[in-house]
Order: sequence, then structure tokens, then C-alpha cells
Amino acid sequence: MASPLQCDLCGKPATVHLTQIVNSKMHKVDLCEACAQAKGVTDPGGFSLADLLVKASLAPEAAAAGSSGECPGCGFSPGDFKKHGRFGCPQCYRTFAGMVAPMLENMHKGVRHAGKVPVKALERRSLIERVAGLEAGLADAVKAERYEEAARLRDELAEARRAAANPVPAIPPAGAARR
Amino acid sequence: MTVAALLANPSELTDTASSKCAVVLMTRIRLARNLAGAAFPGWCREAQRDEVLARCREALGATAAMRRSVNVPVAELTDLQKQILVERHLISRELSGSKHGGGLVINRDQTVSVMINEEDHLRVQVLRAGFQLKKAWNQIDTLDSELEERLDYAFDPGLGYLTACPTNLGTGMRASAMMHLPALVISGQMEKVVRAVNQLGMVVRGLFGEGSDASGSIFQISNQTTLGESEDAILKRLGSVLQSIIEHELNAREKLIEADAPKLFDKIGRAYGILQNCHQLSSSEAMNLLSLLRLGIDLGLFPEPIRAVTDRLLIEAQPGHIQAAARHDLDSVQRDALRADKIRNEFAAVARPDFTLHTKE
Repeated sequence: MASPLQCDLCGKPATVHLTQIVNSKMHKVDLCEACAQAKGVTDPGGFSLADLLVKASLAPEAAAAGSSGECPGCGFSPGDFKKHGRFGCPQCYRTFAGMVAPMLENMHKGVRHAGKVPVKALERRSLIERVAGLEAGLADAVKAERYEEAARLRDELAEARRAAANPVPAIPPAGAARR
Repeated sequence: MTVAALLANPSELTDTASSKCAVVLMTRIRLARNLAGAAFPGWCREAQRDEVLARCREALGATAAMRRSVNVPVAELTDLQKQILVERHLISRELSGSKHGGGLVINRDQTVSVMINEEDHLRVQVLRAGFQLKKAWNQIDTLDSELEERLDYAFDPGLGYLTACPTNLGTGMRASAMMHLPALVISGQMEKVVRAVNQLGMVVRGLFGEGSDASGSIFQISNQTTLGESEDAILKRLGSVLQSIIEHELNAREKLIEADAPKLFDKIGRAYGILQNCHQLSSSEAMNLLSLLRLGIDLGLFPEPIRAVTDRLLIEAQPGHIQAAARHDLDSVQRDALRADKIRNEFAAVARPDFTLHTKE
């Protein structure tokens, strides 16, 4: 006989089985009595399946598919996500990309951003990266005594520095995260 | 500007000229934004949270819209001030209970409020009375662009604005309308509406968001998803869902009058009677009675100017606002008495409902 379905949140035998159609996609969630009560599922007006799916989509195999290590940016682990339902820092999305991708399909209308872009912030960032690249190139050229190239890079660097004159200072690193 | 001065100042919600759309009480749009290079508030060390708070407060203070605003750490507010701000939908319960590093920036007319270090570093909100998706978006878009000149947002070309919870990725935008749907509630159609709205990718919640009840037949309807669509597309989709809910509500009202006008008028007439004569009134009873009175205004039973009073009382009859009007601490019985006094006085001069409009034929 097939084993009984387990609660997506706590792993106990599931007795409440929900199907909801959102954006013409079918979503299924299995819950035990206690979790169903706690999440307000029994109240037809008051619950959102999306919030549940955040955690439910994090079945053990999904977590294993992602990185099992910690985020180098903030020390966050996949287990922490399962506990809090939130990530630790922006970099977590890169660290745990393998875990995030399958989650998004159930959660959103699409998986690629199609909205507003912070143009100024991106310009600033690419300028800063350009300055760093030119600085490295200039150092290399000087070291290798390619003076013609060095002169060109120096001019480009001066221009890039002028354009990046008003950078927003980076937030000082705060070491490992709390908890 | 101080918080005390702000709360005494007329606000978008408590001082509206009669809103254009009877069914939609107010429109809100919020954007979730985070700073690159800092952990999200829930996972952040105190020192870094302080740094984020200082930067955000400074950047906001430099924008045209928020230059002369209240701009304070949450820790500087009294519990009562926080409660009032929650009742006015300007801050969340989460922020009001926040430990370290929470901040808020609210402009004078209370159309713009920004929470700092809530779930995300920044939660920017624009709130307008009535059905104003377009206006609210333009206002918040301008402020957001101005902020972005001063702050490095955490952004990924594929995932959009990076947020603590993946349900907010992409646009980071939640747009919502507070709708007054008494006829759909009375005729028992609300459950059907909730299901249909869910299928269209929108969420229905009570007056104060997740888990709150829908007293006064007031519901909050908002977009569920934030990634994969532009802000414009989301707002269009939400707008058309809201429009069709408005139509359903208006149809339901007509049907109620056709099917059993005396029953409906009885409810409204009794609500009027109680509001004019009560001496003990709880906040949820007040909500429900004011809601019925508002329906009466929509149906032309009361003169239009009463609407502004009713809408203001929907906010001011809440516990924090009643407490603030008293000079000493009240228990709930005293609060109910004070609420009744206030409402009785406000409605003392309101003429009896005119039912003739609907009875001749």
C-alpha cells in the first residue's frame, strides 16, 4: 500500500488536501490538521496559498538540490530558510539559486523580471566596475612596459573616474550574521 | 515635524473630500526595496541595521517629497502613537513591534509613508483616498526613482528587486484597494467572489491584512504575484478585477432592493437609530453600523456630505484614536462609552433617512 501523504510543513500524516488554481496553474498542498488550523486554511477568506508554497516547495530534496553550504555573504543556510521563510541577504539568491528557481515557478506569473529597473544604480555599479577593470589593466600595462597602452588606459581611467565622481559608499561589512 | 503634530494634522484618510468612488475607500501601493551589500533586517546585526536606518533616513530626508516629514526611529514613539499609525494604515503591526533599528518617515498629508527595517530595508507606501491606482503609482514611482539616485538598491536583472521573502521578488510591488462590499456580504456572495478573485491571481484579505477579520464589510484586494510582469501590467490586471468587483457589488445592491427593500432599509434605519442614540459602542459594532450608514449614503437615503463624516469615523472610532482623545487611560468599557458619545454627537444633526426615493414607483 502506498504510504500516506505527509504534511508539507511538518511531515506528520496529512489529512487536509488543498488544490487551488492561481493564474491557471494548479497548486497542491497537503497538510496535517494542526498546520491547517495554524495557517488559517479552514477559513476560506483568510489564507494565501502562495505563502504556504514558499515553505511547502522546500521539500528536503529541493533543499538538497541547492547548495548545502552557507551563504558567503551572511552565513545563512538552507535550513534557516526552511525555518524563517525569508532569506538572509541579497546574495543568498545567487548562493541558493538552485533552490530558488523551482520555487518561483509555483509562486509567480513568470520567472524573469519584466518591470522597472533602477537605471541610476546600475549605471553607477557598472562605472565602478569599469574603474576597477581599468585600474587593473593600467597596472598590468605599466608592469609589462607597454607604455602606449598605459597612456590610453590612463586617459580612459581619468574619464571613468570623473563619471563615477559621486559614488554611493558601500555598506561596511558587519562580519557574520546573527543567530 | 513631530509625530504629535503629524497625528493632529488632517490626513488623506480622515479628511477626504467625498471620494469619487463609493465602493473603493482607498488605494495603496507599496514597494519593497533593499540596499545592496547589507543583510535583510531579520538576519542583520544591530550595527548594520543602524547603518541601514541612518542611510535610508538621510536619503529620504533629501527627497523633494519627504523633506519636511516626520523622520524618526520607531523607538521614539509611544505605544499609543504606534497604534494610531497602524489604525491609519501608515505602519504595520510588525514595525510597531520591531526591536532594534526600525524607522519611519511619513509626510504631512500622510499619503506617503516609508517603513525602514521592517521585513525589508525599505517599504515605501503611497495611500490615496478613493480608486486611484494610476495616481498612486505615479507618485510612488517618482519617489522611488529619486531614492535610487541616493541608495544602491539590491537588484538582479533576472529576479528584479531582491527582497527578504521570495514572494515579493521582481517588482516588489503590492497594490491594493480597500473595498466596501456590504451587499455582497449581505447576499452571501463574498465566498464566491474570494474564490474567483484568487483564480485571477489576486488576494482578498480583511481590513488589516493577513488574518484580520472583515468587520464593516471592508476587504483588501491586492495582487498576489510580483515577478514576471511589469508594474503596468499588474496594475491593469488588478484594475480590471477591481472594476468587476465594483460592478458585482452595485448589482447586488440593486437586487437587494428589488427582492426585499424593507429588510435592507430596516438594517440601515436601525443603524442610524443606534448611531444617534447609543451610549456604549464597541469598535466592531461601530464599524458594522457605520458600514450600513455608508451603504445608505450610496443609496441616496442620506445626503452626500455625511460620507466624509462616516469615512472619518471608520478610522477615528478605532481604539487608539478613542484613547488619544481622552486625557487619561481608559479601560474598554470607558472607551466604548467615549466612542458612543463621540459618534452620537457627530450624528446628532443628521436628518432621518429618506426612504421615499426607493418606495414610489
